[in-house]
Amino acid sequence: MKKLLLFSIVTLVGLTFIGRMIYLQVVISEELKLEAENNSVKTVYDYPERGFIYDRNGELMVANQVAYDVMVIPKETGDFDLNKLAGLLKMDESRLEKKLKTARIWSTKQASVIIPQLTQEEYAPLQEQLRKFPGFYIQRRSLRKYQVDHSASVLGYIREVNQGKINEDDYYVQGDLAGKSGIELQYEKELRGEKGYKKYTRDHYGRAIESYKNGSSDLAPIAGTDLTVTLDKELQEYAEKLMINKRGGIVAIEPKTGEILSLITAPNYDPSLLMGRDRSKNINAILRDTVRLPDVNRVLQGQYAPGSPFKVINALIGLQEGVTTPQERFRCNHGYDYGGRKKMACHSHASPLAMSKGIAESCNAYFAQVYRRIIEKGETSSQGMDTWHDHVTSFGLGNYLGYDLPVGQPGRIPDGEYYTSRYKYKWYAPTTISNAIGQGEVAVTPIQLANMTAAIANRGYFYTPHIIKKMNGEPIDNPKYTTKNFTTIDAKHFEPVIEGMNEVYNSGTAKYVKIPEIEICGKTGTVENFAKVNGVRKQQTDHSVFIAFAPKDDPKIAIAVFIENGYWGSRYAAKIASLLIEKHIKGEITRTDLEDYLMSHSLEYEYAKKLGKEPYNINVAVDQGLITDEKERKLHQLVDSLNLKILK
Amino acid sequence: MGIGDRPKYDIAAILIYTALVFIGLFSIYSAAPVLEYTSITDINQVYGKQFLFIGVCALLIIIILAIEVKFYEQFAGLIYVVSMLSLAGLYIFGKEVNGAVSWYPIGSFTFQPSEFAKFATALAVAKFLSQLNVSLKNVRDFMIVAGIIALPALLIVPQPDPGSALIYTAFFFALHREGLSLWYLSLGIIALALFLAALVINIWWIILIIVVVVAIIYLLSRKRKHNKRLPKPRIYLYVIATFICIAYTLSTSYIFNNILEDRHRNRIDIVLGRVQDDAGIGYNINQSMIAIGNGGWAGKPLEEATQTRGGYVPEQHTDFVFSAIGEVSGLLGTSITILLFMFLIYRIIIMAERQRNQFARIYGYGVAGIFFLHFFVNVGMVIGLLPTVGIPLPFMSYGGSGLMGFTILLFIFIKLDAHRMSYDH
Ligand SMILES: [Zn+2]
Repeated sequence: MKKLLLFSIVTLVGLTFIGRMIYLQVVISEELKLEAENNSVKTVYDYPERGFIYDRNGELMVANQVAYDVMVIPKETGDFDLNKLAGLLKMDESRLEKKLKTARIWSTKQASVIIPQLTQEEYAPLQEQLRKFPGFYIQRRSLRKYQVDHSASVLGYIREVNQGKINEDDYYVQGDLAGKSGIELQYEKELRGEKGYKKYTRDHYGRAIESYKNGSSDLAPIAGTDLTVTLDKELQEYAEKLMINKRGGIVAIEPKTGEILSLITAPNYDPSLLMGRDRSKNINAILRDTVRLPDVNRVLQGQYAPGSPFKVINALIGLQEGVTTPQERFRCNHGYDYGGRKKMACHSHASPLAMSKGIAESCNAYFAQVYRRIIEKGETSSQGMDTWHDHVTSFGLGNYLGYDLPVGQPGRIPDGEYYTSRYKYKWYAPTTISNAIGQGEVAVTPIQLANMTAAIANRGYFYTPHIIKKMNGEPIDNPKYTTKNFTTIDAKHFEPVIEGMNEVYNSGTAKYVKIPEIEICGKTGTVENFAKVNGVRKQQTDHSVFIAFAPKDDPKIAIAVFIENGYWGSRYAAKIASLLIEKHIKGEITRTDLEDYLMSHSLEYEYAKKLGKEPYNINVAVDQGLITDEKERKLHQLVDSLNLKILK
Repeated sequence: MGIGDRPKYDIAAILIYTALVFIGLFSIYSAAPVLEYTSITDINQVYGKQFLFIGVCALLIIIILAIEVKFYEQFAGLIYVVSMLSLAGLYIFGKEVNGAVSWYPIGSFTFQPSEFAKFATALAVAKFLSQLNVSLKNVRDFMIVAGIIALPALLIVPQPDPGSALIYTAFFFALHREGLSLWYLSLGIIALALFLAALVINIWWIILIIVVVVAIIYLLSRKRKHNKRLPKPRIYLYVIATFICIAYTLSTSYIFNNILEDRHRNRIDIVLGRVQDDAGIGYNINQSMIAIGNGGWAGKPLEEATQTRGGYVPEQHTDFVFSAIGEVSGLLGTSITILLFMFLIYRIIIMAERQRNQFARIYGYGVAGIFFLHFFVNVGMVIGLLPTVGIPLPFMSYGGSGLMGFTILLFIFIKLDAHRMSYDH
């Protein structure tokens, strides 16, 4: 026994150690290898240049510029004069101290950003001075350079990824930039390309020793894809100018292709505001502006009652369902009595009217009767409602449409089930009669309205609206955007309705915004709406809506314009639509009187009503809001949005 | 004279020694804190110095083997006294390196007397115990042996170098071979178990466990009254034993929490898993395990052994040299190294057992015990099984004093063994 003690213990210990080695070098070796790599392999990323964005005519909209980050490696700073550095960086001493503390907590050996994204002008004076502060240095990076001062919301912006993004997509690392909204977000993968990297082994001081595995695991970057989008830069710029001091949106679509020619939401802002030192401040101002909501893309996310433009859909459904003919005349007695003492009012016009004039005069009585017949054609109101719903949704209303931008709303087109669950008792067509004139339960987004117009222009089909045209100069080849989506209405039924829409310009509600030599078909809308003011639901001045396409026989543009509280269809929306159609088709403006009107009239006084404590009237017929002082012209309203907040 | 005339040097031991020394040299080369490797004989680098030390050791070996075999036994006492004086002298002439006064400066080199105290103590213990009238059963003799062993340890602890002092417990194996009861080891193990338990379990639980265990033993021993080998089950003995255990537990708990310094406490805490601290004191062990794991099955070529190249394991060419073997040679290298150590110790035990003379056998067991304890504590630490204790891995860790000390330790025994046929009292 005494001869064996040491012998046995050596054996036991030796075998235990070998077991431990198997555990470390085989069983958990892979995990330890990862840790070893984290320890010692320094990855230096090689960022490719982000793709440029061109408009449909090859005009550059978004390019890149070099920006400069002020970096710190806490371990290397030593003692320095905090006050002096704060002065140099134009930063609060306490804020700088906080930043440095955060950097130290994150890593003492690795670099952290102290001030991100300085522009060339901001960087130049720093360059020399900063050398006196060891541990601080400036890192170049590529940022966006906007060639336009409009279209911010559709172009979108890029920002440093947050932890959430890093967690969900392991492509990104701390400090990477990624699209945060608009086209930048939608086509992030294409625009960014693929970053490459070079790996170096480093020693425990962080010094690079040599290329890792002789560079065999290095990855060359893949350049970002240049995008050509369907937008027309000039049209976009002009449209945004016309939206001065107004809220709302514009969508213009090329009916033959579904390409989005223009997409405007107002108020908008200069995309360059999201660059440079004040970018965080500006982003916050935009995000926190709960009054103007510049962050909301009104044409994609705003759900409004469509108003009268929706009447043309009811006319088409009436024809398709055979409940009326283009020739049938409907009586209007300053409105339509639809049961009991209920009446849908109408304005004063000749009566009775057939379809074409009915559309031109926008007669409520006409469409109430057609709509009632459609619903009552069903065995039950619910079935009639379902038939109606199917026709309406075939125009791309009531769903997300599938366009290539990252935000949207489905809107709402009610069906039989909607009312059955809403009303406990039996319901009839008159209950839902507001749908006849695009009020009531119907809600659409402006882009849906524009797409509906394109479908009418095409006499029964549309292409899914899209913003992408070419990638690296190659036309896109996505069946989603090249396949016709047919409506449930036969092509032959469109002509009488289109005649009516043409009549709107010739003799109807839009006759004052006619354009010489262009046959336009359109429909005005004046939309009742309500808002909560000081907690009370109150009717507001009507929205001004207009849809149009032109030329009548060979449509090149379909457009929807929506102006919040713009009084009535022809006052703002129809003027804007006419000008944009002329600009797109002729390339020049002959109706400068319309242009002058739009540029010299503000609706700010109308929007301010809701914020004030004074009681106010709506739909005041007197022409108000004339801009007398040039300074009041605010294309980019960001600046005073902060003031507005204080007002509130 | 006769057969015993020609010395028979144990080739196996010498081969294992040579293998370990050169694996060590290669590992020191890999782990050298340099940006550019130079020739292995570059005297400005640690590997060049180690190469030089190996050369010195070759000379030492020749001298050791050339000296008359009787010398070691005859001069054991003197060697011991000189060695103890050199340890004591450190407190006057020593040079402080890394907070410990363990070295004498000699030109550009340093000399660490504690590395030489091991063979001196082994010689002294062997010499004393091999005297005819000395017996471990005699309390006075036992106390003297204990004193011989404890003296160097007590001189080394305050340097401070608790790791090197710890090594002297290795003489237990030699004493056990000469008849010291295993009970002493059991006592040691019980003491260690209670110490560790006091750190991780609530003190009241431990007291409860002690009482229950003692009660069970008492009841078992009552049933075996016929067994005369066990002490008579006197109840008061058990009560006293219980109280001693409890008092010991309470005092260790007190010592740990109030007397030990933070750094010692931390090391124990980390191994016990009481704290996770990969950046602080646990950094060394964690980095060491990463380097070892990175080696995988077969190791990595030097340029891919990133942990070793990047100097991530502190003290890698000295105490943590085993981790360099782990990364550069993988499981293959580490297993071979472990097996070489096992075979070396087996070989020394076998050699000790074949000695006719008690002096050589005791010395042999002393050597085996010292190698084992170094191997156990060092590798155990490097692979994360034991607390960080700063002692070198024999033959492999960088350091002239260590390498020479271990070489002398081993080759004196090889010399004694070579003359086993002719060498007698
Ligand atoms: Zn009417």
